[in-house]
Amino acid sequence: MTEVILKVKNLNVELNGEKILENLSFEVKEGEVLTILGPNGAGKTVLLKTLLKLLPYKGEIEWKSGIKIGYVPQRLPFIKDIPMSVKEFFKLKNASENEAKSILKLIGLEEKILEKKIGDLSSGQFQRILVGWALVSNPQVLLFDEPMAGIDIGGQESIYQLLEKLRKEKNLTILLVTHDLSIVYNFANNCLCLNKKILCYGIPKKLTSELLSQLYGGEIKFYQHFH
Amino acid sequence: MEMQFFLSLICGIFIGGIAGYLGSLMLSKRMALVAGPLGHLTLPGIALALIYGFDISLGAFPFVILGIFLIWLFEIRTKLPMEALTAIVFSSGVSIAFLFLPIEQAEEALIGDISKVSFGDTIILVLSCFLIFLIIKKIYSKMILINISEDLAKAQGIDIKKYNFIYLFLIAIIVALGVKLVGGLLTAALVAIPACTARNLSKNLSQYRFYALLFGSISCFFGILLFEITKFPAGPLIILTSTFFFLISLIFKK
Repeated sequence: MTEVILKVKNLNVELNGEKILENLSFEVKEGEVLTILGPNGAGKTVLLKTLLKLLPYKGEIEWKSGIKIGYVPQRLPFIKDIPMSVKEFFKLKNASENEAKSILKLIGLEEKILEKKIGDLSSGQFQRILVGWALVSNPQVLLFDEPMAGIDIGGQESIYQLLEKLRKEKNLTILLVTHDLSIVYNFANNCLCLNKKILCYGIPKKLTSELLSQLYGGEIKFYQHFH
Repeated sequence: MEMQFFLSLICGIFIGGIAGYLGSLMLSKRMALVAGPLGHLTLPGIALALIYGFDISLGAFPFVILGIFLIWLFEIRTKLPMEALTAIVFSSGVSIAFLFLPIEQAEEALIGDISKVSFGDTIILVLSCFLIFLIIKKIYSKMILINISEDLAKAQGIDIKKYNFIYLFLIAIIVALGVKLVGGLLTAALVAIPACTARNLSKNLSQYRFYALLFGSISCFFGILLFEITKFPAGPLIILTSTFFFLISLIFKK
């Protein structure tokens, strides 16, 4: 149960000459829910993309061998430009109709949504579909970038309940990027506070207010602006 | 039915169909208008072809490739938006063409002339269209995923550079074929309008691809038919027919 599935050591990422991530080291164990917390521009999304090996990096990223990773991106701004049914969206990942149906069941959506156009879904439904899409071909790990962006509070809660359910039923390990402190307290069992460097790393109850003000620092106003 | 007219009709149907089909990918990548500048850019090549009497598409093709290369190069070097760069590149193309394009042949260069295709041309054209169709079909769903999100596509192990390269190469071929049919000025419409019409009418991707191809083809069919009857130039008639279908599609918009 406590096998380490991801080891990151001295990770450095530089994009267009700017240092985005500096000397990150951490580990993720199987079944863990790690939230990655930090202000805008802290490098949270970059960290996820680097873990997926989508960006160049220095240092070590070591996933347990043969592990399958599902990725739920922050936004897909162009998807609504394309007339596409939910069924076709699943097909892009070579999911069979049966697999798509069983995933829908898992994420609490009805089968008839398969024929619906992606552009006609509510943001909550769309978010669930994205989670479902990441679940195609049974990943052991889910990387989740700002799952709550643009979803109302009711919708947010049910997305967390969904993640919690998935974690229990499928023994998923979840890495979750977020702004939202309540997630850290209610849902996560480990937390990494990031602002280019790691500012804290530990279980949520150890998150003190000093650490948070250090994390958000002068940007706290900007941060509050978004909530 | 006159043989020449029949050949023009076949060429039109095939070029229009694949232009519409590829256009459905370009629209989803917000690149539909790129075909416009690229079409304009072919004008120096067309001018050369007209002066030395070789096939217009052959003249156009190297210039499209050059254009795509320049836009790509400028984008890397300057980070200016692609529209701005295409504006620079295409207006230069038009300007160069008019330095030496014989004015009596300007019409053919600008709005195309499909009424002179030979039997041999038609065979080659139909075969190449069929081949291009198969390639587009093969890369279609991967391109859609890339259009949705390059990160998702990469995470799926799709080689984005390779697919983008194939895609741009296909655009170059279609533009080169398109100028034969509707000329340097109107090629963008050949790829953009059927896809817009199709989007208005479709609920899902398979309808969208099918309608884009269908409206591309039937616009050319009716356009060339109207040309035979009215003797107005075929290129503009094709585009106007296409626009007509687009307007009709607004009524049925889903």
